This record gives sequence, structure tokens and C-alpha cells, in this order.
Amino acid sequence: MDLRIGHLYPDLMSIYGDRGNVLALAQRATWRGIDVEARSFTVGTTWDPEWADVYFFGGGQDQGQDLVGADLQGANGDALKRSLVGGAALFSVCGGYQLLGRQYVPESGAPIPGLGVLDVTTRAGKVRFVGNLLCETDDGHTLIGFENHSGYTYLGPAAKPLGHVIAGHGNNGKDKTEGAVQGKLIGCYLHGSALPKNPWLADRLIGWALARRHGAVELAQLDDTEELAAQVQAAEVAKTRT
Amino acid sequence: MTAPRTLAAVAAGKTARAALQRLGRGATALPGLVALGVAPDAIASLTKSLPHGTICVSGTNGKTTTTRMLSDIVRAAGWQPVHNRSGSNLDRGIAAALLADATWRGELRGDIGVFEVDEASIPRVLARLTPRVLVVTNLFRDQLDRYFEIDALARRIGEAIARLPDQTTLVLNADDPIVAYLGNGHRGPILTFGVEDPAVGGTVPQAISDATRCPRCKQPLRYTRVILAHVGDWRCDHCGLARPNPDVSAAAVRLGANATQLRLGGAVGSAIDEIVVPLPGLYNAYNALAALAAARALDIGLATATRALGQFKPAFGRLEIVEAEGRQLRLLLVKNPAGFNAAIGALLETDRRPRILGALNDRDADSRDVSWIWDADFEALASRVTHATITGLRARDLALRLKYAGVPKDRVSVVDGWVPAIRTAIDSTPVGDELVVIATYTAMLALRDALARLGYVGQFWED
Repeated sequence: MDLRIGHLYPDLMSIYGDRGNVLALAQRATWRGIDVEARSFTVGTTWDPEWADVYFFGGGQDQGQDLVGADLQGANGDALKRSLVGGAALFSVCGGYQLLGRQYVPESGAPIPGLGVLDVTTRAGKVRFVGNLLCETDDGHTLIGFENHSGYTYLGPAAKPLGHVIAGHGNNGKDKTEGAVQGKLIGCYLHGSALPKNPWLADRLIGWALARRHGAVELAQLDDTEELAAQVQAAEVAKTRT
Repeated sequence: MTAPRTLAAVAAGKTARAALQRLGRGATALPGLVALGVAPDAIASLTKSLPHGTICVSGTNGKTTTTRMLSDIVRAAGWQPVHNRSGSNLDRGIAAALLADATWRGELRGDIGVFEVDEASIPRVLARLTPRVLVVTNLFRDQLDRYFEIDALARRIGEAIARLPDQTTLVLNADDPIVAYLGNGHRGPILTFGVEDPAVGGTVPQAISDATRCPRCKQPLRYTRVILAHVGDWRCDHCGLARPNPDVSAAAVRLGANATQLRLGGAVGSAIDEIVVPLPGLYNAYNALAALAAARALDIGLATATRALGQFKPAFGRLEIVEAEGRQLRLLLVKNPAGFNAAIGALLETDRRPRILGALNDRDADSRDVSWIWDADFEALASRVTHATITGLRARDLALRLKYAGVPKDRVSVVDGWVPAIRTAIDSTPVGDELVVIATYTAMLALRDALARLGYVGQFWED
């Protein structure tokens, strides 16, 4: 069995240590005896919509985000859409999450269109949310990370919140939601990196990804002692120091 | 004649300093804050009396070491530096250093200011004083929760530089495109430094590159050599902006376990012997080149400058060595992926199979966001680690990072508490061997403090 990971714009959208998400997907598949290949998808290359089983899309600086936003309005955006319709999974953080939504509404000027594959809209906010972010999902999983965003994201009816905020701000600081799930697409504001400290989420994405070409796969249990220890320590910080 | 308000500021600041010292505390910033509160122009009026002017050294990595090198160099030239030696590098730290060396009448016991300046504070500091020389070592992504974006920071620094008079000499890293472009709006002289040795660096940009795009036209840069992150031999094929030919360059760099040897490029290189800097690591070659270029800007002779470099002693946590129970502890302060990779590169250049004490904290001065460890190249270290003791407020994040980098479980011990961690790390290191201590800022302070209580090292503000 093999897993193909597409890293979207690693040269432009890879600050804030989000690379750890690709590492988590790759290692957790490798430890289960699954072959892994990771490839970059970026500006100036032609994308094969058939290739990737799962994409990762991280956050970037403003400069990078402008270039990426423009690129996604062209042929590469179409290829990504086709790939997602074809069953690929996607995990996005911060800038990537915002760019997959319907639009970004700046403080002044016209709204900037997003790829529109997630039913979310982001508006420029006055206060930047910076700090540890602790959430819980409906099915009882913990989500821990570090948020750093001034865009406030609001969910439309097709997107469900990934989790509910226990400590921190989340999507918009108001409705206590964090992130969005829509089919096999996930967006969130969790840096940290997110997936190493939230291994259940990494495994959910790996399961979705493998299903595209290999059908439903029962993933072997891994020893997550270190993952959970890091999660508990970070959650303690979020509860007591943020 | 010192202005009355400055005198009042000096008096207030010195009173605070004396009080802090009576309490046994380091007076590295607070007196400066007090003085600036009384007279916001205290820095400008105090530094104006310095006959040889002021040098400011800034950048993400290397500024503490470069500043200390320059302080030694100007002393070798017979001058008396006023230096914010404790590393307190905001405007208040500079004011505090001036106060420490000022008489109650506002006269300075020194003839040149040598100041390390926090890179985000450059605009503030340049608004308070006009340096004779401004050195920028490099600009990397640093604390993610603090500065947010390197592009915006570079823009603000560039704007502050454009307001400097043409009497100021800029000393810039030619190999760092963001830094090299900072002098764009400057009318005065610019000296650049860089590494020319073709054997240094690879061809593939590293994962943590912040600036693979042209600082002028934002198109991709082409690299014929990549040295560290976005530092290397760069060119923009679109607008033609390219790495300037460095005025001070290393034609050859030889990296050793405890020292770095440099042969300078150009005519001067054939005229003098190799320079030996008693610090390992390529990044210390850059620090030395920056210091030599600044010395040239001050008209200090190369022989004087290289003599001072040859006797250099490192600063707090910059490869400082502490002896403990027959083991050598090598202290490495890390604060961002680029600094970590440079430090690890220095370790691995010399075929070490290191024993490590790693300490990760997440206080304000460390970066509250520990995500940066996932951008640091622990993979390069993984296969070489003999044993790692992990501690700090976020020890478990660091242990997890080692797991995903592929370090086997039986080589990692997570230990809570500074003294127990030091104990475990020393016990897992054979007598006569080296223990590499890698820590973030407040973790290093805590470890230094614990080492001092165990009797192995003095308090750092004494040096």
C-alpha cells in the first residue's frame, strides 16, 4: 500500500512550522508499513489532479498569500478542485484555510475571492488572535495548537465546525467554533504543528486519503505515548497561561 | 555641556541602577527605562559626546557575538567602548549601558558606543541616535508570535535606513538578499561582506527559506549556492538584482571542532595570514566577516582587528564552555530554526556523535509558539545523537519532535526540573566527554542559574 502526499505551495505557504503536518502524515503511515511519497505543488508548475491522496496547505506571509491566491484562480485551482471532487483529502491551516473559503473581505477594498471549496468566509479583524488554542470535538477528541491570525472566519451551512473552543479564540473569537470540516476537507487555525500533537486527526486524514485508491483501510494502532504527553502539556499551558 | 533634562534622566537612571544592584539584581534594562521616561532624548544627547561615534549591530542571528567581537576590536585599537554587553538590546538596554558608563554629570567614560540592537527595534533606536556604522548580519524568521512577518520587518528597517544621513556607513551581508537590499535607499557608503568559498554551501534551498523571492520585484531568485536558508549566491533573472560583490569576503573557510579559519579574499587575502576565530561554525565565520567589515568602516587596521578576533571569548550561551565533573558542557542558545540549523551544522561538521541536553521553554522571550521546532532540521541530527536529555516547560513537544525526526526512544530521557535534568545529562555523559546544551533563552537562563547553584558557572551579568 502507498500514500501520496501533496504539499501545496511549500515555498510560499510554509511559515509557522506547519511542515510538521506533512511529517506527521508521512511518519504515521511509514510506521504502519505504508510506502509514502510527498511532492510539492506550487506556482509555475502544472498540477496532476490524479496524483495526490491527501494535500496539506499551510499559512504564509502576505506576499506569498497574494501570489498563491492569484495562482489558485487559474488552472492550478481548477486542478485542485477536480482532485478534491475525485476523492482526495485536504488539511489546511490559517492562510491555506482562508484561501480555500468563498472569500476574504479586507478592511477596505473589494473582497478577494477564494477557491470556494469550503463554505467559509473570512473578514479582516481589528485584533490579532495570538495564543494557545484548546478545543474539543463533538466526538470527544482534544485539539491543541497555537493560533496567530487577524482574519475572522465564519462558517456557512455546508461546513461543520471542527471543534469547540475551550481556551483561546478559534474561528472568529465569538461563536466558540474552531476550524471547519466539509467532506474530506479540513481547515483550522492550529499551528503547533497540529497533526503531531493531535494524532487522531492525522490518522483520520490518512484513512480518508488511503480510501481514495485502496478502499476502506483499518489502520494499525500506534504507540502514542509521546503524542499524548505533548498534548496534555500543551493543553495545560493553554488552560493556565493563555 | 549636558542639557539639564538629560542630567535629570542620568540621575534618575543611576539611582535606579544603584538600588537594583543593592538588591543583588542585574541592572540591564530598568535604569534605562527610567532615564528614557525622564528624557526621551537621553540616548541622543549622551551618545553625541562620544568622540568616535556609535556602532549599531543588528540582525536575527549573530548580533551578540558580532557586537562582542567589535567591542574587543575597538579596545585593541585603543578605544574604550560603551557596550550593552548583557545582551539587553532594546532602546532601554542601550540607555542602561550608557548610564552604567556615565558620571553623575552626564559625562561618558568611553569614547565609542558599541550597541547590539534588537532587529525589531531598529526603527526606534535609529529615531533616537544616528550611528556612524550600522551592521545588519542577517534577517531570518524569528519568534513567530512576535514579529509575524519578515517582509514587513525588512520594509520598516529599510524605511528607517533611508532616513539616515549619508555620514552613516552601512555594513550589510551580501549573501542575504533581504539584508543586501536594505541599503537600497541609503545615500552614504555601504560595505558588504560574504563568503566566496565555492566549497561552502549546496544548491538546493532549505525548507525554512524565508526569501526565495526577489526583495525588489518578488519574482523567484536563482541560487548558484545555498549556504543557510535564503543565504547564498543569489540573483534575480527577472529584474537583474543580484548579490553584490562583497568588500570583505572569505575566499576559503576551514571549520574545526573549536575554531574557524578564514582566508580573506582580494588583495588583502594574499597579504595576511589566515585568520583564526576561536569559535566553531560557519555562522561564526559570518560574524567575524561582519566585524572585520565594520572595523574597516571605522578605519581600524586589519592586523589590529584580526589580533582581537584571535583572542575572542564567546558570550552567554554562544558556545560558551562550562566544566562540570570532568565533562565539558558546550552551551548553545537557540531561538529560531535558522539559528538552530546553524548551531547543529556546526556540531555535525566535525563528526561528533553528540550527547545533548535540550531545553524548550515557551515564555515571551523564547517564543510562546513552539511550532518553530518543526521547521528546524532535527532530521540532520537524528542519526547522530548518542543520547538526549529533554527538559523545559515544553519538554514534551521537543521529545515529540525527536520522535518524528527518527531518534530511537531508548536514546531520549524526558526529565522535569532543571537540576534533575542537568544531573541526568551529566550522568549519561562519560568523564572527559562533551555534553551539548541546546536551550531557548529563558531555559538557558534557568539552566545557567542551576549550574551556578551547583557551583559550575558564575552569574552571567557579572561578565
